[in-house]
Amino acid sequence: MSAPTGTVRTARPVRPPRGGAGAPARRGARSVLWHLGALALLAVVLYPVVWVLGGSLKPGNEIVGSLELLPTDPITDNYERLADGIAGIGIETFFLNSLLVALGSVAGVLFSCSLAAYAFARIRFAGRNVLFTLMIGTLLLPVHVLLVPQYVLFQKMELINTYVPLLLGKFLAVDAFFVFLMVQFMRNLPRELDEAARIDGCGHWRIYWTIVLPLCRPALITSAIFSFIWAWNDFLGPLIYLNEPDKYTVSLGLKMFMDQDSLADYGGMIAMSVAALLPVLLFFLTFQRYLVEGAATSGLKG
Amino acid sequence: MMRTDTPAPAGAEGERAVESPHRPAPSAPAPRPASTARRRARRETLAGYLFLSPWCVGILLLTLGPMLVSLYLAFTDYNLFDSPRWVGLANFSEMFSDDRWWKSVRVTAVFVLIATPLKLAVALGVAMLLVRPRKGQGFYRSAFYAPSLIGASVSIGIVWRALFQDDAVVDRSLSLFGWDGGGWVGDPDWSMPTLIALSAWQFGAPMVIFLAGLKQVPRELYEAAEVDGAGAWRRFRSITLPMISPVLFFNLLLEIIHSFQIFTSALVIAGPGGGRAGGPGDSLLVYTWYLYEQGFSNLRMGYASAMAWMLLAGIAVVTAVLFWSQRRWVHYEEGGR
Repeated sequence: MSAPTGTVRTARPVRPPRGGAGAPARRGARSVLWHLGALALLAVVLYPVVWVLGGSLKPGNEIVGSLELLPTDPITDNYERLADGIAGIGIETFFLNSLLVALGSVAGVLFSCSLAAYAFARIRFAGRNVLFTLMIGTLLLPVHVLLVPQYVLFQKMELINTYVPLLLGKFLAVDAFFVFLMVQFMRNLPRELDEAARIDGCGHWRIYWTIVLPLCRPALITSAIFSFIWAWNDFLGPLIYLNEPDKYTVSLGLKMFMDQDSLADYGGMIAMSVAALLPVLLFFLTFQRYLVEGAATSGLKG
Repeated sequence: MMRTDTPAPAGAEGERAVESPHRPAPSAPAPRPASTARRRARRETLAGYLFLSPWCVGILLLTLGPMLVSLYLAFTDYNLFDSPRWVGLANFSEMFSDDRWWKSVRVTAVFVLIATPLKLAVALGVAMLLVRPRKGQGFYRSAFYAPSLIGASVSIGIVWRALFQDDAVVDRSLSLFGWDGGGWVGDPDWSMPTLIALSAWQFGAPMVIFLAGLKQVPRELYEAAEVDGAGAWRRFRSITLPMISPVLFFNLLLEIIHSFQIFTSALVIAGPGGGRAGGPGDSLLVYTWYLYEQGFSNLRMGYASAMAWMLLAGIAVVTAVLFWSQRRWVHYEEGGR
């Protein structure tokens, strides 16, 4: 770095004091500018979301062409038509299927990833470093390499068109991201806690269950929300493994909508898009702290 | 509780005994701690693998095993029903003369090369805007993060397609400035920019990571540089960039690997048609989509496996270059620069 520190020290007293004449005004102007910039950006970022919320309340033929964010004359027809279902299948089927897959994913991730994370963070065993490196390696492995062989595997096991292929990996800690996130969190818990428990005669299982897990609540909540949202949004997995419409998740239902009657019922498709987004947006509004913090910390300590 | 002055039997009882604080320490000579330590190490290893057992099954059954199978299938002709037929390097040589394969490579390369730097530049810019504590900072941070959660969904793909159609919001807004571009999604030259815009819209995830990194930069460095008369650009080049280079490296790595695997958004923006449709003029035929089409629509699973290994090779090369280059531009704290 170029700045010689000596000059800095001598220069500091000479510098005009911060609260000098004109400074508050300039700082005020800067603050206004900052807020204007942030608001402009906010408008760009939120526009598509607000647009689709408003659009779902407009007549189908007006949605694409209108620049107004909110309808002058809101209607709920689009949603009412959804109640009749798509291609003879009730709309609630897709949502229940998605809910099943998403909740199953959450359960699997919490169970298997916390066990693996405990082993990596708290137990010293032969081969730990090698396996940890392997786990980090899978973090970078593109899923597409595994698509074909996994499909062949599940096809041989006659599990196509069931939810097993979508859920099995979650119960076997395949999502290295969550293992990593929990390892980072567990490593920061004070070691004295489990040492004290060990002296009292606790085995690893009791330390895991009664001490570490309760203290990991923030990491568990973050993992639960992320795994729910990712499973809810997932498209590739259901696309490959589900082939009967009554098993479809919301993502696939939407795609079916898009392929079949996008021209016939544009309003319905937009309404269903909103319905598919709503659970995620609600989760976000409720748990945004956990999500943003989780995203920040898991990245930093890599 | 059992005592440990005799070699304790293995098993659950023994575990407690060794941990017991009531061990008669004074009478314990040198060899015993060594053997207890070894026994303890063995038990720890057993416990470690018990806790790790779901993960171990997962990595063998769903990762390493399938990788081996995939490697084998890459050299075969396989349609899922007849048994695989060994064809040597035929799949790979076919790829090099397959125009659509080359097209998908070009489409993906353009996407990775433009979308990743753009997204990271926006993310870093916004993070620098947000880093000074001001009122509303937390709110903006959360709001800007939201698109990263929903951006890759089918719903947002549909919204994007609607916004960028002919005579839709984007087209009409630009017409106000006298530029009638027509529908972006239907135009082979403009469908890729539409997809890139969707990627840039999801700048929130790397932004949050940048923000955490920027907060670690000591403010004194900036103050000192300011006193020395360094301008904003100079301060950015000489302080911000070196200080956050580990975070930048991490973001770059993650986002590049992520971009290589773009799938859902491209498929939805390309519009209805399912099966064999890569958007207008195959302009959105991303690599993973062509892989899906070959493997699951055409049931050419050998060819798709070979394609998957080429993708892995491509990602591995880029990752290796990135790791190799980090010596030159990534500054880590330790070692006292």
